[in-house]
Amino acid sequence: MAWREIIYEYDGSFDGFLCCIYESYTQKERPTAILCDGDDEPGLFEIRAVLTDRAHAKRVYRSFFKISPDVGSFLRRVFLTCMDDKEMAMYRFIVKLYRDGAPLLTRLSDETYHPLLRAVRQLSGEAEALRGFIRFSELSGVLGAEIEPKNRILPMLRKHFCDRYHNESFFIYDRTHREALLYANGVSRIVPLAQFEMAPPDEHEANYRRLWRRFYDTIAIRERENHKLRMTHMPKRYWNTMTEFQKEDDFIPRSQGSVEAAPAPCVPAATPAPEKPTGCAPSAPA
Amino acid sequence: MDLLEKLTILADAAKYDAACTSSGVRRGYQEGKIGSTSSSMAGCCHSFSADGRCITLLKVLLSNDCCYNCKYCVNRCTNDTPRATFTPEELAELTIGFFRRNYIEGLFLSSGVLRSPDYTTELMIRALSILRNAYRFNGYIHAKAIPGTSPELIEQLGLLADRLSVNIELPSEAGLKTLAPNKTKQSILRPMTQIRDRGVQNRQELVKYRHAPKFAPAGQSTQLIVGATPDNDLHILNLTQSLYDQYRLKRVFYSAYVPVVENTLLPALDTKPPLLREHRLYQADWLLRFYGFRAHELLDESAPDFDPLLDPKCCWAVRHPEFFPVEVNRADYEALLRVPGIGVVSARRILVARRTGPLHADELKKLGVVMKRAQYFLTCSGQLATPLRLSQGGILSSLMAVERSALPASQMEQLSLFDQVG
Repeated sequence: MAWREIIYEYDGSFDGFLCCIYESYTQKERPTAILCDGDDEPGLFEIRAVLTDRAHAKRVYRSFFKISPDVGSFLRRVFLTCMDDKEMAMYRFIVKLYRDGAPLLTRLSDETYHPLLRAVRQLSGEAEALRGFIRFSELSGVLGAEIEPKNRILPMLRKHFCDRYHNESFFIYDRTHREALLYANGVSRIVPLAQFEMAPPDEHEANYRRLWRRFYDTIAIRERENHKLRMTHMPKRYWNTMTEFQKEDDFIPRSQGSVEAAPAPCVPAATPAPEKPTGCAPSAPA
Repeated sequence: MDLLEKLTILADAAKYDAACTSSGVRRGYQEGKIGSTSSSMAGCCHSFSADGRCITLLKVLLSNDCCYNCKYCVNRCTNDTPRATFTPEELAELTIGFFRRNYIEGLFLSSGVLRSPDYTTELMIRALSILRNAYRFNGYIHAKAIPGTSPELIEQLGLLADRLSVNIELPSEAGLKTLAPNKTKQSILRPMTQIRDRGVQNRQELVKYRHAPKFAPAGQSTQLIVGATPDNDLHILNLTQSLYDQYRLKRVFYSAYVPVVENTLLPALDTKPPLLREHRLYQADWLLRFYGFRAHELLDESAPDFDPLLDPKCCWAVRHPEFFPVEVNRADYEALLRVPGIGVVSARRILVARRTGPLHADELKKLGVVMKRAQYFLTCSGQLATPLRLSQGGILSSLMAVERSALPASQMEQLSLFDQVG
């Protein structure tokens, strides 16, 4: 065997992943797999936990910048995707990038680069779709929404919704990855949130939901009905969280005293209000 | 009448308008105002209705109490249908409520002609100025300019809206005369000219004064009804092209005529809307706007209608064997765009990817080229992309086979049934 077979384990953050790259190059070894802390994969090979060191991560990130100013943010986006074994795919790409330099970035059909491009395209597509398909509900002045995306989409939605609801307070809960984007008073934050249940609508909210569903049903031209076309543009996996397709009891207002769904009517329980601005980099659940 | 009922009547009356886009303007948040317009230039679709059309704006009429008697229209004064009119406050409240819940990107406000075009436009201006000034709405607004409105009112409307549109509706003057007796070609083209000239002037103002008020920053669009009059595709496409060239329109929308009222001058009530024809027109429209085609290349007097079995770009390619094959590694952007199966995105990717080395046929698929169509028209470093060497007829039939799966099955059945009867 030319090199030691080793498996890296990191904390699941982007910085942690960059430290795996650092480890690999300083130790002169090629990992056979890069695992996240949570994954329990019994393997034959030695597992080493790579500690996250911001200085190391920064150094690796700067090395990308020397090759091209865009590749760092590109890799950040790849890291948000739901691609299978994305760490190793990214690792292989980075190794090739160090070897070939910037020309690799124009070889769009390269076998290590193309899968990443495709994953990012899918991520941007999902973000684009969700910008439209997210449905907020208002309860006691706060806007709240739930989504079930495939990719970790919240960082991609942050700017758009912070602009759109600049003077409001809102949150978006990601059911798949159990994290929430919170925004109030010009400050936004992405925090992990294990459990969250949306409170039932009050009279005002239920009224708007009914109005919207009526509008939605009315605006379709019966003679042109085309469900296949609708499904192409708006796949069914988004329908679950959209007002248009909600069950009947989501349109019935309920008094808040009788339901014990959430302690506060709308704000996620047990999460502090955002206080300080975070950088553009979304850090993973700590 | 409660709001739910009003919304039902006025949305139902507005649904035949094809335009529902929030594109062409990008405006970030402004302190103290509600909302922003979409962060992408192409706008944002918020939902898709059961007919597969995008819903991005709250598309309603201010009033469907119309005094005109256009024969094709549901809202004509002689039609027995419930009438309603929004108050400006109701409309503003509804728009803001929907916008905050992310149901919509903004408002699309049209109206039936209540008393006179001027009176109606004044009402629209009042509604929009309440929305913009009292409710501080910063989202997208698309407003209809009604033919026959005085220029001063259109000016005011343009300062409130992002996009204006004047519907041409019927593609020929003869059609207007018979079906929309209250409208004339002149009354439609006058506001279009005004909006165009004012837009040009406004761009100059904005260069001089950064905070000059913006007049319809997202330009203007229009709509044509397809299938209500005997006009052929060539006529419609030529009209479209001259609208793009002379009136600088951002979009021309086509709306397949859905029979809603019985009239001897119109197709029978059981006529199916010509959806495939509308689809072909949109395909050709894209070719005009993004692919550098001209109307006379796609259609001529000998073939004035589109082929229902094959899309306009493939048709053009099959008729021009002298242009092909195109060499992927050398051809310029314009030539690549003419190849069926290569679009704007894949052509750009080809330009990037071939900088570092020659492209091979198997790589093209990864770049997004649709090889089922493109293979007959490309060479990669001198080699044909397909091992088969087909005659022109062979290419034509294989392209049709590709297209067949995309065509609506019922449409095909209908044609053959019709043939047997006739």
